[in-house]
Amino acid sequence: MHTAANLTYRYDGTFAGLLCCVFESYAAHEMPEAIWGPDMPEQSLFEEKEILTDNRHAERVERSIPAKIGNEAEELVRLAFFTTLPDKELTVLRFLRQGYHYGASVLDFAGEDSVHRLREAVKHLLSEAHLLKGFIRFSVQHNVLVTTIGPKNYVLPFLARHFSERYPEEHILIYDETHRMALIYRPYEYGIIPMDAFRAAPPDDEERKFRSLWQTFYDAIEIKPRHNEKCRRNFMPKRYWSYMTEFSRACSKNSVMHV
Amino acid sequence: MDVFEKLRILSDAAKYDAACTSSGVDKKASRGGMGSAAACGICHSFAGDGRCISLLKVLMTNVCVYDCAYCVNRVSHDTLRTAFTPRELADLTMQFYRRNYIEGLFLSSGVMGSADATCERMIETLRILREEYRFAGYIHAKAIPGANQALVARLGLLADRLSVNIEMPSGASLAKLAPDKTKKAILAPMGYMQQRIAESSHDLVRYRHAPRFAPAGQSTQMIIGASPETDYHILKLTAGLYARYDLKRVFFSAYVPVTESPLLPSLETPPPLWREHRLYQADWLLRFYGFTVDEILDEQHPGFHPYMDPKCHWALQHKDFFPLEVNRASFEELLRVPGIGVKSAWRIIKARRACALTWDSLGKIGVVVKRAQYFLLCRGRQRSGIVWERSAVLAALMSARERALYEAQEGEVRQMSLFAGATVPLLTSKERRELQCIQLPI
Ligand code: SF4
Repeated sequence: MHTAANLTYRYDGTFAGLLCCVFESYAAHEMPEAIWGPDMPEQSLFEEKEILTDNRHAERVERSIPAKIGNEAEELVRLAFFTTLPDKELTVLRFLRQGYHYGASVLDFAGEDSVHRLREAVKHLLSEAHLLKGFIRFSVQHNVLVTTIGPKNYVLPFLARHFSERYPEEHILIYDETHRMALIYRPYEYGIIPMDAFRAAPPDDEERKFRSLWQTFYDAIEIKPRHNEKCRRNFMPKRYWSYMTEFSRACSKNSVMHV
Repeated sequence: MDVFEKLRILSDAAKYDAACTSSGVDKKASRGGMGSAAACGICHSFAGDGRCISLLKVLMTNVCVYDCAYCVNRVSHDTLRTAFTPRELADLTMQFYRRNYIEGLFLSSGVMGSADATCERMIETLRILREEYRFAGYIHAKAIPGANQALVARLGLLADRLSVNIEMPSGASLAKLAPDKTKKAILAPMGYMQQRIAESSHDLVRYRHAPRFAPAGQSTQMIIGASPETDYHILKLTAGLYARYDLKRVFFSAYVPVTESPLLPSLETPPPLWREHRLYQADWLLRFYGFTVDEILDEQHPGFHPYMDPKCHWALQHKDFFPLEVNRASFEELLRVPGIGVKSAWRIIKARRACALTWDSLGKIGVVVKRAQYFLLCRGRQRSGIVWERSAVLAALMSARERALYEAQEGEVRQMSLFAGATVPLLTSKERRELQCIQLPI
């Protein structure tokens, strides 16, 4: 294998496309310096090789991972693809190359950098998905549960099952404004689709009433002599607050009719 | 009174209860229903005091015929009284749940009329939720001491978790501070519930669709710092409760003075947060780390060290046990090392099969090397550059949380001066000697 200085792969940004990069790296006996998706602007300094997505190649690689490195490795790679790790493609390629060489034990190489980085990134992804299962606040709008989130990771696929099991009879829309994608659920199916923008309608009286009741509860439940701002922010990072009912009170507080 | 006012009063009166977890069962709604529960538990928010909000924690009513000295709802306290109707509370729960504010309901109550009447009102709320609204989310209900066993049985079939608060860590304190409650009235439903929970999991093996009695088990809580029991006494009691009643959790609640009484700490007394925190750490050591109560505390040392967690404290007192070679130590031995948790111990065992671990790889596995370094060897070697100076060791062994807690209790941490030489007020001379010892390469 030669490492071509400045060789860059460019792929279409899909998981199958990434698997084709792995295929190419083996077929051409080369290791690229970087793997870029379609959004990365062109850099004339580097020699760029366009990797076309060929499903037969992708499938071969896909089958080989569980067979040669095991199911855990397959899952790690699949999950890593949804993370925010900046050079996740190259890290996946490095990891798989190690894996094809050493087999499943590569996962136990504590010192191996690519395993460690993929694991950390996946941990971050799953923990953000877990937090959002709790922090998401729905508004009821024309009998549809709607919300907007701004996650760092691409978490929608990890929320789909959770919310469809929680609200099997509801219609749901979760808009991810970071990735401009929306999770749409109706009984009993869901889909994740690209969406450029979404804006919830202003809340009606009933919606305002329950928001305000929730704020009432949130304030009452704190034990004041135990106030601990550090702890609160530690568990619930500030970047989530602007999406949460208990912290957005501008319009609701006084305009609500107490019934 | 409108529902806003009721909610404000009845959540305000319920907040001193520590238990708010929704963990322990995994289930989902059947079609036509609403709700699921995740075994790992989900926090929906964190209150200003940093505690997780998972459940709508409210009282059915704050009317109470009893007169427990430590409680805001006691009959002799002059406060505004109200009660939810079962329908009101069930609707509120559903509306909150639908908007993803909560995982479910945590329902407790003052005793309105009689224990039975109160229990019936709670049952009616849960019945509406489960049967009419087909709510499959999490419900934690408090059994009211003194209520008829048939009612407790009904409650147990509707709720995921039941609990009776043991309230005070001893019968004597209970008699003094909660004169209407007896130890027997509290332990009787606990024993009954334990029996039903055991039977129910037994039945489930035989009949797959047998209705489950409190599938998430039972828990209890006690108030810390309103009465004179020592940490050692409380921990002994805790271990006994786990063993005798199969409890899932024992919760500790630092007493927040809510009333002036000659029987209780004065209103200015800050809640003993550090004690509560230490008890949770010790509880963890009992349940997951293979420690026994007497290893953590004993008659001679009945109180926790204020600024050192019990595991580090144990390690510093058992220097013959260390250092452990990380590539050879057993799982149980690894669990004794500060900076190694259950997960990282397990990862060490797995990883070292592939190749002998180095200091570098330990951090990546999740070991807190900063703490563990004083107690481990890696391939026969100490970590290079360890500073064995006492203040450095202590600083490394105190967690950020411990420092935060310290700050909340005592103000500014003058971190190192605290431990500087002979002026240390917090360490006994014996402890100081022990700490001297670990300055030598062990
Ligand atoms: S019985 Fe419960 S609510 Fe009533 S005073 Fe005692 S602790 Fe408070």
